[in-house]
Amino acid sequence: MRGNLARTFELTNTQLFRRAPLPRSYTDFLGRKLFLFLLTVQGLGAFALITLGVILKKSGVAKNVIRPRIRQEIARAGVALLPMFSFVALALGFLVIGQTVSVLAKVGAISYLGSTMVIVVVRELGPLLTAVLVLARVGTANVIELGTARALGEVEALEALGIDPVHYLIVPRVIGMVLGIFSLTVYLIIGALASGYLFAFLQDVPMTPGDYFKQITESLGWLDFALLALKTITFGFFIAVVTCYHGLAQPLRLEEVSRVAVRAVTQGVIVCVLIDALFIVLYLVA
Amino acid sequence: MSENQKFPAIEMRGVNVTAMRDASFLVVEDVNWSVAAGEFWVIGGQEHSGKSDLLMLAAGLMPPGSGSCKLFGSDLGSFGEAEPTQRRRVGLVFQGAQLFSQLTVAENIALPLRYHKNLTGTDAAAEVKSLLDLMELAPLADVTPANVAANWRQRAALARALILKPEILLLDDPLAGLGARHRQWWLRFLDQLARGHGQPLTIVVAADDLHPWKSEWRKFALLHEKKFAALGSWNQVETSDHPGVKELLAVHLETTI
Repeated sequence: MRGNLARTFELTNTQLFRRAPLPRSYTDFLGRKLFLFLLTVQGLGAFALITLGVILKKSGVAKNVIRPRIRQEIARAGVALLPMFSFVALALGFLVIGQTVSVLAKVGAISYLGSTMVIVVVRELGPLLTAVLVLARVGTANVIELGTARALGEVEALEALGIDPVHYLIVPRVIGMVLGIFSLTVYLIIGALASGYLFAFLQDVPMTPGDYFKQITESLGWLDFALLALKTITFGFFIAVVTCYHGLAQPLRLEEVSRVAVRAVTQGVIVCVLIDALFIVLYLVA
Repeated sequence: MSENQKFPAIEMRGVNVTAMRDASFLVVEDVNWSVAAGEFWVIGGQEHSGKSDLLMLAAGLMPPGSGSCKLFGSDLGSFGEAEPTQRRRVGLVFQGAQLFSQLTVAENIALPLRYHKNLTGTDAAAEVKSLLDLMELAPLADVTPANVAANWRQRAALARALILKPEILLLDDPLAGLGARHRQWWLRFLDQLARGHGQPLTIVVAADDLHPWKSEWRKFALLHEKKFAALGSWNQVETSDHPGVKELLAVHLETTI
Protein backbone atom coordinates (compact mmCIF):
# COMPACT_ATOMS: atom_id res chain seq x y z
CA MET A 1 0.00 0.00 0.00
CA ARG A 2 1.18 3.49 -0.76
CA GLY A 3 -0.10 4.74 2.58
CA ASN A 4 3.20 6.03 3.72
CA LEU A 5 4.47 7.00 0.29
CA ALA A 6 3.85 10.66 0.83
CA ARG A 7 5.56 10.60 4.22
CA THR A 8 8.62 8.98 2.69
CA PHE A 9 8.90 11.73 0.10
CA GLU A 10 8.29 14.38 2.71
CA LEU A 11 11.25 13.15 4.69
CA THR A 12 13.63 12.67 1.78
CA ASN A 13 12.65 15.81 -0.02
CA THR A 14 10.87 18.71 1.53
CA GLN A 15 12.25 18.73 5.04
CA LEU A 16 15.73 18.24 3.72
CA PHE A 17 15.20 21.10 1.26
CA ARG A 18 14.02 23.38 4.03
CA ARG A 19 16.72 22.41 6.48
CA ALA A 20 19.67 22.59 4.11
CA PRO A 21 21.90 25.47 5.21
CA LEU A 22 21.92 28.66 3.22
CA PRO A 23 24.74 28.77 0.65
CA ARG A 24 27.88 30.54 1.85
CA SER A 25 29.95 30.36 -1.30
CA TYR A 26 29.65 29.59 -4.98
CA THR A 27 30.75 25.96 -4.46
CA ASP A 28 28.19 25.61 -1.66
CA PHE A 29 25.58 26.93 -4.05
CA LEU A 30 26.57 24.47 -6.78
CA GLY A 31 26.75 21.60 -4.32
CA ARG A 32 23.36 22.44 -2.94
CA LYS A 33 21.86 22.62 -6.45
CA LEU A 34 23.44 19.29 -7.38
CA PHE A 35 22.19 17.72 -4.17
CA LEU A 36 18.64 18.97 -4.77
CA PHE A 37 18.81 17.76 -8.38
CA LEU A 38 19.87 14.28 -7.26
CA LEU A 39 17.11 14.20 -4.66
CA THR A 40 14.54 15.15 -7.30
CA VAL A 41 15.84 12.45 -9.66
CA GLN A 42 15.70 9.93 -6.83
CA GLY A 43 12.15 10.95 -5.91
CA LEU A 44 10.96 10.88 -9.51
CA GLY A 45 12.62 7.52 -10.14
CA ALA A 46 11.08 5.97 -7.04
CA PHE A 47 7.67 7.41 -7.90
CA ALA A 48 7.91 6.11 -11.49
CA LEU A 49 8.80 2.61 -10.27
CA ILE A 50 6.01 2.60 -7.70
CA THR A 51 3.51 3.73 -10.35
CA LEU A 52 4.70 1.07 -12.77
CA GLY A 53 4.45 -1.54 -10.02
CA VAL A 54 0.87 -0.53 -9.17
CA ILE A 55 -0.14 -0.55 -12.87
CA LEU A 56 1.12 -4.11 -13.23
CA LYS A 57 0.07 -5.44 -9.85
CA LYS A 58 -3.41 -3.94 -9.62
CA SER A 59 -4.52 -4.25 -13.23
CA GLY A 60 -7.51 -6.36 -12.19
CA VAL A 61 -8.45 -4.45 -9.02
CA ALA A 62 -11.64 -2.33 -8.91
CA LYS A 63 -12.03 -2.37 -12.68
CA ASN A 64 -15.50 -0.84 -12.48
CA VAL A 65 -14.03 2.22 -10.79
CA ILE A 66 -10.68 2.55 -12.50
CA ARG A 67 -11.76 1.95 -16.11
CA PRO A 68 -14.29 4.81 -16.21
CA ARG A 69 -11.58 7.02 -14.70
CA ILE A 70 -9.15 5.93 -17.43
CA ARG A 71 -11.77 6.78 -20.08
CA GLN A 72 -12.21 10.20 -18.47
CA GLU A 73 -8.48 10.80 -18.59
CA ILE A 74 -8.22 9.66 -22.22
CA ALA A 75 -10.99 12.12 -23.06
CA ARG A 76 -9.18 14.86 -21.17
CA ALA A 77 -5.67 14.19 -22.52
CA GLY A 78 -6.84 13.20 -26.00
CA VAL A 79 -10.33 13.82 -27.34
CA ALA A 80 -10.81 17.19 -25.64
CA LEU A 81 -7.59 18.47 -27.23
CA LEU A 82 -8.54 17.58 -30.81
CA PRO A 83 -9.75 21.10 -31.77
CA MET A 84 -6.53 22.64 -30.47
CA PHE A 85 -4.44 20.04 -32.28
CA SER A 86 -6.36 20.60 -35.53
CA PHE A 87 -5.32 24.24 -35.33
CA VAL A 88 -1.73 23.35 -34.44
CA ALA A 89 -1.55 20.83 -37.31
CA LEU A 90 -2.70 23.52 -39.74
CA ALA A 91 -0.24 26.03 -38.34
CA LEU A 92 2.61 23.53 -38.39
CA GLY A 93 1.80 22.60 -41.98
CA PHE A 94 1.76 26.24 -42.97
CA LEU A 95 4.73 27.49 -41.00
CA VAL A 96 7.14 24.61 -41.45
CA ILE A 97 6.12 22.08 -44.05
CA GLY A 98 4.62 24.40 -46.63
CA GLN A 99 7.73 26.57 -46.56
CA THR A 100 10.09 23.57 -46.59
CA VAL A 101 8.34 22.05 -49.60
CA SER A 102 8.38 25.36 -51.39
CA VAL A 103 12.12 25.98 -50.72
CA LEU A 104 13.10 22.42 -51.67
CA ALA A 105 11.17 22.84 -54.94
CA LYS A 106 12.94 26.13 -55.70
CA VAL A 107 16.46 24.70 -55.19
CA GLY A 108 15.61 21.54 -57.11
CA ALA A 109 15.93 19.26 -54.10
CA ILE A 110 12.34 18.06 -54.13
CA SER A 111 13.53 14.44 -54.13
CA TYR A 112 14.67 14.98 -50.51
CA LEU A 113 11.19 15.97 -49.46
CA GLY A 114 10.20 12.57 -48.04
CA SER A 115 13.21 12.13 -45.80
CA THR A 116 13.07 15.78 -44.69
CA MET A 117 9.42 15.43 -43.71
CA VAL A 118 10.03 12.20 -41.85
CA ILE A 119 12.93 13.67 -39.87
CA VAL A 120 11.28 17.02 -39.16
CA VAL A 121 7.68 16.01 -38.56
CA VAL A 122 7.52 12.31 -37.74
CA ARG A 123 10.64 11.96 -35.66
CA GLU A 124 11.01 15.36 -34.03
CA LEU A 125 8.37 18.06 -34.21
CA GLY A 126 5.26 15.86 -34.03
CA PRO A 127 6.05 13.98 -30.81
CA LEU A 128 7.88 16.81 -29.06
CA LEU A 129 5.29 19.46 -29.83
CA THR A 130 2.46 17.14 -28.78
CA ALA A 131 4.22 16.30 -25.53
CA VAL A 132 4.87 19.94 -24.66
CA LEU A 133 1.30 20.99 -25.48
CA VAL A 134 -0.24 18.15 -23.46
CA LEU A 135 2.15 18.95 -20.62
CA ALA A 136 0.97 22.56 -20.63
CA ARG A 137 -2.74 21.77 -20.94
CA VAL A 138 -3.20 18.55 -18.94
CA GLY A 139 0.00 18.29 -16.91
CA THR A 140 -0.63 21.62 -15.23
CA ALA A 141 -4.17 20.56 -14.41
CA ASN A 142 -2.78 17.34 -12.89
CA VAL A 143 -0.49 19.22 -10.54
CA ILE A 144 -3.20 21.66 -9.49
CA GLU A 145 -5.87 18.99 -8.96
CA LEU A 146 -3.60 16.62 -7.07
CA GLY A 147 -1.88 19.40 -5.14
CA THR A 148 -5.24 20.78 -4.05
CA ALA A 149 -6.46 17.30 -3.13
CA ARG A 150 -3.32 16.78 -1.08
CA ALA A 151 -3.58 20.17 0.61
CA LEU A 152 -7.24 19.57 1.49
CA GLY A 153 -6.49 16.16 2.99
CA GLU A 154 -8.33 14.17 0.32
CA VAL A 155 -5.36 11.86 -0.13
CA GLU A 156 -5.43 10.93 3.56
CA ALA A 157 -9.18 10.37 3.19
CA LEU A 158 -8.52 7.89 0.37
CA GLU A 159 -5.95 6.07 2.48
CA ALA A 160 -8.35 5.98 5.42
CA LEU A 161 -10.90 4.25 3.17
CA GLY A 162 -8.32 1.64 2.18
CA ILE A 163 -8.08 3.05 -1.37
CA ASP A 164 -4.57 3.19 -2.81
CA PRO A 165 -4.09 6.84 -3.91
CA VAL A 166 -1.57 5.80 -6.58
CA HIS A 167 -4.06 3.31 -8.03
CA TYR A 168 -7.04 5.65 -7.90
CA LEU A 169 -5.43 9.01 -8.71
CA ILE A 170 -2.23 8.30 -10.64
CA VAL A 171 -2.75 5.15 -12.72
CA PRO A 172 -5.71 6.56 -14.74
CA ARG A 173 -3.77 9.76 -15.38
CA VAL A 174 -0.67 7.88 -16.55
CA ILE A 175 -2.59 5.55 -18.88
CA GLY A 176 -4.76 8.41 -20.15
CA MET A 177 -1.75 10.57 -20.89
CA VAL A 178 0.21 7.77 -22.59
CA LEU A 179 -2.70 6.94 -24.91
CA GLY A 180 -3.60 10.62 -25.36
CA ILE A 181 -0.09 11.67 -26.42
CA PHE A 182 0.28 8.67 -28.74
CA SER A 183 -3.03 9.33 -30.51
CA LEU A 184 -2.58 13.10 -30.67
CA THR A 185 0.93 12.71 -32.13
CA VAL A 186 -0.39 10.49 -34.93
CA TYR A 187 -3.23 12.96 -35.51
CA LEU A 188 -0.85 15.94 -35.52
CA ILE A 189 1.58 14.28 -37.94
CA ILE A 190 -1.15 13.31 -40.41
CA GLY A 191 -2.79 16.73 -40.13
CA ALA A 192 0.50 18.62 -40.52
CA LEU A 193 1.62 16.57 -43.53
CA ALA A 194 -1.75 17.04 -45.23
CA SER A 195 -1.99 20.76 -44.53
CA GLY A 196 1.68 21.16 -45.52
CA TYR A 197 0.94 19.78 -48.94
CA LEU A 198 -2.11 22.03 -49.18
CA PHE A 199 0.00 25.13 -48.58
CA ALA A 200 2.70 23.91 -50.99
CA PHE A 201 0.02 23.30 -53.60
CA LEU A 202 -1.24 26.85 -53.11
CA GLN A 203 2.31 28.04 -53.83
CA ASP A 204 2.26 26.13 -57.18
CA VAL A 205 4.88 23.55 -56.20
CA PRO A 206 4.94 21.07 -59.12
CA MET A 207 4.07 17.90 -57.25
CA THR A 208 1.00 15.69 -57.27
CA PRO A 209 -0.50 14.43 -54.00
CA GLY A 210 0.40 10.91 -55.14
CA ASP A 211 4.10 11.80 -55.51
CA TYR A 212 4.09 13.58 -52.15
CA PHE A 213 2.47 10.60 -50.42
CA LYS A 214 4.81 8.16 -52.18
CA GLN A 215 7.94 10.06 -51.14
CA ILE A 216 6.87 10.14 -47.52
CA THR A 217 5.90 6.46 -47.35
CA GLU A 218 9.16 5.45 -49.01
CA SER A 219 11.13 7.41 -46.43
CA LEU A 220 9.29 5.81 -43.52
CA GLY A 221 10.75 2.56 -42.21
CA TRP A 222 9.46 0.15 -39.57
CA LEU A 223 11.94 1.70 -37.15
CA ASP A 224 10.19 5.07 -37.48
CA PHE A 225 6.87 3.53 -36.50
CA ALA A 226 8.36 1.51 -33.65
CA LEU A 227 10.39 4.39 -32.22
CA LEU A 228 7.50 6.84 -32.68
CA ALA A 229 5.26 4.58 -30.60
CA LEU A 230 7.96 4.04 -27.99
CA LYS A 231 8.82 7.73 -27.84
CA THR A 232 5.23 8.92 -27.39
CA ILE A 233 4.59 6.28 -24.72
CA THR A 234 7.76 7.37 -22.89
CA PHE A 235 6.74 11.03 -23.16
CA GLY A 236 3.26 10.26 -21.82
CA PHE A 237 4.52 8.16 -18.95
CA PHE A 238 7.15 10.61 -17.76
CA ILE A 239 5.03 13.73 -18.16
CA ALA A 240 2.32 12.08 -16.07
CA VAL A 241 4.87 10.90 -13.50
CA VAL A 242 6.56 14.31 -13.17
CA THR A 243 3.30 16.23 -12.83
CA CYS A 244 1.65 13.70 -10.51
CA TYR A 245 4.82 13.46 -8.39
CA HIS A 246 4.79 17.20 -7.78
CA GLY A 247 1.07 17.21 -7.06
CA LEU A 248 0.80 14.15 -4.88
CA ALA A 249 4.10 13.12 -3.36
CA GLN A 250 4.93 16.45 -1.76
CA PRO A 251 3.18 17.90 1.27
CA LEU A 252 1.56 21.07 0.00
CA ARG A 253 -0.30 24.03 1.36
CA LEU A 254 -2.88 25.59 -0.94
CA GLU A 255 -0.76 28.67 -1.55
CA GLU A 256 2.13 26.49 -2.76
CA VAL A 257 0.18 24.73 -5.50
CA SER A 258 0.69 27.33 -8.23
CA ARG A 259 4.45 27.55 -7.56
CA VAL A 260 4.74 23.77 -7.68
CA ALA A 261 2.77 23.70 -10.96
CA VAL A 262 5.36 26.00 -12.55
CA ARG A 263 8.20 23.83 -11.27
CA ALA A 264 6.51 20.68 -12.56
CA VAL A 265 6.03 22.14 -16.05
CA THR A 266 9.67 23.26 -16.16
CA GLN A 267 10.87 19.81 -15.12
CA GLY A 268 8.42 18.24 -17.58
CA VAL A 269 9.92 20.21 -20.46
CA ILE A 270 13.45 19.23 -19.38
CA VAL A 271 12.43 15.56 -19.18
CA CYS A 272 10.86 15.77 -22.67
CA VAL A 273 14.03 17.27 -24.15
CA LEU A 274 16.19 14.62 -22.46
CA ILE A 275 13.95 11.81 -23.76
CA ASP A 276 14.06 13.38 -27.21
CA ALA A 277 17.88 13.48 -27.09
CA LEU A 278 17.94 9.85 -26.04
CA PHE A 279 15.80 8.90 -29.03
CA ILE A 280 18.01 10.89 -31.42
CA VAL A 281 20.91 8.73 -30.22
CA LEU A 282 18.74 5.63 -30.76
CA TYR A 283 17.90 6.73 -34.33
CA LEU A 284 21.59 7.37 -35.05
CA VAL A 285 22.68 4.03 -33.61
CA ALA A 286 19.88 2.09 -35.31
CA MET B 1 -16.26 -16.12 21.61
CA SER B 2 -16.09 -14.08 18.37
CA GLU B 3 -12.81 -12.73 17.09
CA ASN B 4 -13.96 -9.23 18.02
CA GLN B 5 -14.37 -10.17 21.66
CA LYS B 6 -11.19 -12.25 21.83
CA PHE B 7 -8.94 -9.23 21.25
CA PRO B 8 -9.36 -5.57 22.20
CA ALA B 9 -10.57 -3.48 19.28
CA ILE B 10 -7.64 -1.10 19.81
CA GLU B 11 -4.63 -1.79 22.00
CA MET B 12 -1.71 0.57 22.41
CA ARG B 13 1.35 -0.30 24.47
CA GLY B 14 4.11 2.27 25.00
CA VAL B 15 3.09 4.11 21.85
CA ASN B 16 4.76 7.38 20.95
CA VAL B 17 2.56 9.37 18.58
CA THR B 18 4.29 11.62 16.06
CA ALA B 19 2.72 14.44 14.06
CA MET B 20 1.01 13.42 10.83
CA ARG B 21 2.80 16.19 8.92
CA ASP B 22 6.21 15.77 10.53
CA ALA B 23 7.25 12.32 11.70
CA SER B 24 10.15 13.76 13.69
CA PHE B 25 7.84 15.76 15.97
CA LEU B 26 6.63 13.85 19.04
CA VAL B 27 3.03 14.74 19.94
CA VAL B 28 2.03 12.24 22.62
CA GLU B 29 4.33 9.87 24.48
CA ASP B 30 3.94 6.49 26.06
CA VAL B 31 0.27 5.79 25.38
CA ASN B 32 -1.04 2.66 27.10
CA TRP B 33 -4.67 2.23 26.20
CA SER B 34 -7.05 -0.58 25.49
CA VAL B 35 -10.48 -0.22 23.88
CA ALA B 36 -12.76 -3.24 24.13
CA ALA B 37 -15.14 -4.02 21.28
CA GLY B 38 -18.39 -2.10 21.67
CA GLU B 39 -17.00 0.64 23.92
CA PHE B 40 -17.61 4.35 23.32
CA TRP B 41 -14.60 6.49 24.18
CA VAL B 42 -14.29 10.24 24.15
CA ILE B 43 -10.74 11.66 24.09
CA GLY B 44 -10.59 15.22 25.32
CA GLY B 45 -7.80 17.68 24.82
CA GLN B 46 -7.03 21.25 23.91
CA GLU B 47 -6.20 22.27 20.36
CA HIS B 48 -2.90 20.79 19.10
CA SER B 49 -2.81 18.30 21.95
CA GLY B 50 -2.44 15.43 19.45
CA LYS B 51 -6.03 14.13 19.31
CA SER B 52 -6.13 14.01 15.52
CA ASP B 53 -2.70 12.40 15.29
CA LEU B 54 -3.74 9.72 17.77
CA LEU B 55 -6.83 8.95 15.68
CA MET B 56 -4.77 8.87 12.45
CA LEU B 57 -2.45 6.38 14.10
CA ALA B 58 -5.36 4.23 15.29
CA ALA B 59 -6.79 4.35 11.75
CA GLY B 60 -3.51 2.99 10.39
CA LEU B 61 -2.63 6.14 8.46
CA MET B 62 0.77 6.36 10.10
CA PRO B 63 2.95 4.04 12.14
CA PRO B 64 3.67 4.68 15.81
CA GLY B 65 6.97 6.41 16.56
CA SER B 66 7.64 3.53 18.92
CA GLY B 67 5.65 0.92 20.83
CA SER B 68 2.94 -1.33 19.49
CA CYS B 69 -0.54 -0.49 18.28
CA LYS B 70 -2.89 -3.39 17.55
CA LEU B 71 -6.31 -3.52 15.98
CA PHE B 72 -8.18 -6.70 16.84
CA GLY B 73 -4.87 -8.30 17.79
CA SER B 74 -3.04 -7.40 14.55
CA ASP B 75 -0.04 -5.15 14.85
CA LEU B 76 -0.39 -1.93 12.86
CA GLY B 77 3.30 -2.07 12.03
CA SER B 78 2.97 -5.45 10.31
CA PHE B 79 -0.16 -4.96 8.24
CA GLY B 80 1.76 -5.30 4.96
CA GLU B 81 -0.53 -6.60 2.23
CA ALA B 82 -3.32 -7.19 4.75
CA GLU B 83 -3.30 -3.48 5.55
CA PRO B 84 -6.19 -2.42 3.26
CA THR B 85 -8.36 -5.24 4.64
CA GLN B 86 -7.57 -4.19 8.20
CA ARG B 87 -8.18 -0.57 7.34
CA ARG B 88 -11.66 -1.34 6.06
CA ARG B 89 -12.55 -2.50 9.57
CA VAL B 90 -11.94 1.07 10.73
CA GLY B 91 -14.04 4.04 9.63
CA LEU B 92 -12.59 7.51 10.07
CA VAL B 93 -14.47 10.80 9.95
CA PHE B 94 -12.06 13.71 9.60
CA GLN B 95 -12.58 17.09 11.16
CA GLY B 96 -13.73 19.15 8.17
CA ALA B 97 -15.14 16.10 6.39
CA GLN B 98 -12.46 15.93 3.65
CA LEU B 99 -14.89 14.82 0.98
CA PHE B 100 -13.55 14.41 -2.56
CA SER B 101 -14.23 17.73 -4.19
CA GLN B 102 -14.55 16.37 -7.74
CA LEU B 103 -17.34 13.91 -6.80
CA THR B 104 -20.94 14.51 -5.76
CA VAL B 105 -22.13 13.61 -2.27
CA ALA B 106 -23.61 10.31 -3.53
CA GLU B 107 -20.42 9.48 -5.46
CA ASN B 108 -18.34 10.25 -2.37
CA ILE B 109 -20.38 7.80 -0.33
CA ALA B 110 -20.38 5.16 -3.07
CA LEU B 111 -16.65 5.31 -3.83
CA PRO B 112 -15.30 3.02 -1.06
CA LEU B 113 -18.05 0.48 -1.68
CA ARG B 114 -17.51 0.51 -5.44
CA TYR B 115 -13.73 0.31 -5.10
CA HIS B 116 -13.59 -2.56 -2.63
CA LYS B 117 -16.44 -4.60 -4.11
CA ASN B 118 -15.75 -3.67 -7.74
CA LEU B 119 -19.29 -2.39 -8.30
CA THR B 120 -20.65 -0.10 -10.99
CA GLY B 121 -22.46 3.06 -9.94
CA THR B 122 -25.80 1.36 -10.61
CA ASP B 123 -24.88 -1.71 -8.53
CA ALA B 124 -24.00 0.46 -5.54
CA ALA B 125 -26.97 2.82 -5.92
CA ALA B 126 -29.45 0.95 -3.68
CA GLU B 127 -27.07 0.75 -0.73
CA VAL B 128 -26.02 4.39 -1.14
CA LYS B 129 -29.63 5.53 -1.37
CA SER B 130 -30.63 3.79 1.85
CA LEU B 131 -27.74 5.50 3.64
CA LEU B 132 -28.61 8.87 2.08
CA ASP B 133 -32.20 8.48 3.27
CA LEU B 134 -31.15 7.39 6.74
CA MET B 135 -28.95 10.45 7.12
CA GLU B 136 -31.40 12.86 5.45
CA LEU B 137 -28.89 13.54 2.70
CA ALA B 138 -31.04 12.50 -0.27
CA PRO B 139 -31.75 16.07 -1.50
CA LEU B 140 -27.99 16.72 -1.65
CA ALA B 141 -27.06 13.48 -3.44
CA ASP B 142 -26.09 15.11 -6.74
CA VAL B 143 -24.40 18.20 -5.32
CA THR B 144 -20.61 18.57 -5.05
CA PRO B 145 -19.21 19.19 -1.55
CA ALA B 146 -18.26 22.80 -2.29
CA ASN B 147 -21.97 23.59 -2.64
CA VAL B 148 -23.04 21.84 0.54
CA ALA B 149 -23.15 23.51 3.98
CA ALA B 150 -20.55 22.33 6.50
CA ASN B 151 -23.23 20.70 8.71
CA TRP B 152 -24.25 18.40 5.87
CA ARG B 153 -20.71 17.82 4.60
CA GLN B 154 -19.82 16.37 7.98
CA ARG B 155 -22.85 14.11 7.81
CA ALA B 156 -21.86 12.98 4.29
CA ALA B 157 -18.39 12.14 5.65
CA LEU B 158 -20.02 9.98 8.31
CA ALA B 159 -22.09 8.21 5.64
CA ARG B 160 -18.91 7.60 3.59
CA ALA B 161 -17.19 6.10 6.63
CA LEU B 162 -20.18 3.87 7.40
CA ILE B 163 -20.80 2.49 3.92
CA LEU B 164 -18.19 -0.27 4.41
CA LYS B 165 -19.79 -1.24 7.74
CA PRO B 166 -16.66 -0.73 9.87
CA GLU B 167 -16.25 -2.36 13.26
CA ILE B 168 -14.47 0.67 14.72
CA LEU B 169 -15.55 4.24 14.03
CA LEU B 170 -13.10 7.07 14.76
CA LEU B 171 -14.43 10.63 14.70
CA ASP B 172 -12.25 13.71 14.87
CA ASP B 173 -14.18 16.44 16.65
CA PRO B 174 -17.43 15.69 14.81
CA LEU B 175 -19.43 18.41 16.58
CA ALA B 176 -17.02 21.23 15.75
CA GLY B 177 -18.79 24.07 13.99
CA LEU B 178 -22.18 22.35 13.86
CA GLY B 179 -25.49 24.05 14.58
CA ALA B 180 -27.48 23.02 17.68
CA ARG B 181 -29.95 20.87 15.70
CA HIS B 182 -27.16 19.01 13.95
CA ARG B 183 -25.27 18.47 17.20
CA GLN B 184 -28.36 16.82 18.67
CA TRP B 185 -28.74 14.67 15.60
CA TRP B 186 -25.10 13.52 15.83
CA LEU B 187 -25.28 12.64 19.49
CA ARG B 188 -28.50 10.68 18.98
CA PHE B 189 -27.25 8.94 15.83
CA LEU B 190 -23.92 7.93 17.38
CA ASP B 191 -25.73 6.52 20.42
CA GLN B 192 -27.87 4.41 18.10
CA LEU B 193 -24.77 3.27 16.22
CA ALA B 194 -22.93 2.40 19.43
CA ARG B 195 -25.79 0.24 20.63
CA GLY B 196 -26.02 -1.31 17.16
CA HIS B 197 -28.27 -4.10 15.98
CA GLY B 198 -26.73 -7.29 17.31
CA GLN B 199 -23.16 -6.19 16.68
CA PRO B 200 -22.34 -2.99 18.58
CA LEU B 201 -19.89 -0.58 17.01
CA THR B 202 -16.74 0.54 18.79
CA ILE B 203 -16.60 4.34 18.71
CA VAL B 204 -13.76 6.70 19.58
CA VAL B 205 -14.41 10.43 19.44
CA ALA B 206 -11.81 13.18 19.79
CA ALA B 207 -13.25 16.41 21.18
CA ASP B 208 -12.06 19.65 22.74
CA ASP B 209 -15.29 19.97 24.72
CA LEU B 210 -16.35 16.99 26.80
CA HIS B 211 -19.71 18.31 27.97
CA PRO B 212 -21.85 17.35 24.98
CA TRP B 213 -20.62 13.77 25.45
CA LYS B 214 -21.52 13.67 29.14
CA SER B 215 -22.97 10.22 29.77
CA GLU B 216 -22.48 7.44 32.30
CA TRP B 217 -21.90 4.71 29.77
CA ARG B 218 -19.21 6.49 27.76
CA LYS B 219 -15.56 6.32 28.76
CA PHE B 220 -13.27 9.33 28.78
CA ALA B 221 -9.58 9.93 28.25
CA LEU B 222 -7.44 13.03 28.19
CA LEU B 223 -4.48 14.29 26.22
CA HIS B 224 -2.56 16.90 28.15
CA GLU B 225 1.04 18.05 27.85
CA LYS B 226 2.01 15.11 25.63
CA LYS B 227 0.55 12.60 28.10
CA PHE B 228 -2.41 10.30 27.66
CA ALA B 229 -4.61 9.58 30.68
CA ALA B 230 -7.57 7.20 30.70
CA LEU B 231 -10.06 8.80 33.10
CA GLY B 232 -13.02 6.41 33.14
CA SER B 233 -16.68 7.39 33.42
CA TRP B 234 -18.14 10.91 33.48
CA ASN B 235 -18.32 10.78 37.29
CA GLN B 236 -14.61 10.20 37.42
CA VAL B 237 -14.06 13.07 34.98
CA GLU B 238 -16.02 15.45 37.17
CA THR B 239 -14.23 14.41 40.33
CA SER B 240 -10.79 14.24 38.74
CA ASP B 241 -7.96 16.39 40.14
CA HIS B 242 -6.08 16.21 36.86
CA PRO B 243 -5.12 19.78 35.89
CA GLY B 244 -5.86 19.06 32.23
CA VAL B 245 -9.42 18.00 33.07
CA LYS B 246 -10.00 21.10 35.16
CA GLU B 247 -8.66 23.22 32.33
CA LEU B 248 -10.97 21.59 29.79
CA LEU B 249 -14.04 21.87 31.99
CA ALA B 250 -13.17 25.47 32.88
CA VAL B 251 -12.92 26.40 29.22
CA HIS B 252 -16.42 25.08 28.73
CA LEU B 253 -17.73 27.10 31.67
CA GLU B 254 -16.10 30.27 30.30
CA THR B 255 -17.62 29.76 26.85
CA THR B 256 -21.04 29.00 28.37
CA ILE B 257 -20.95 32.15 30.53
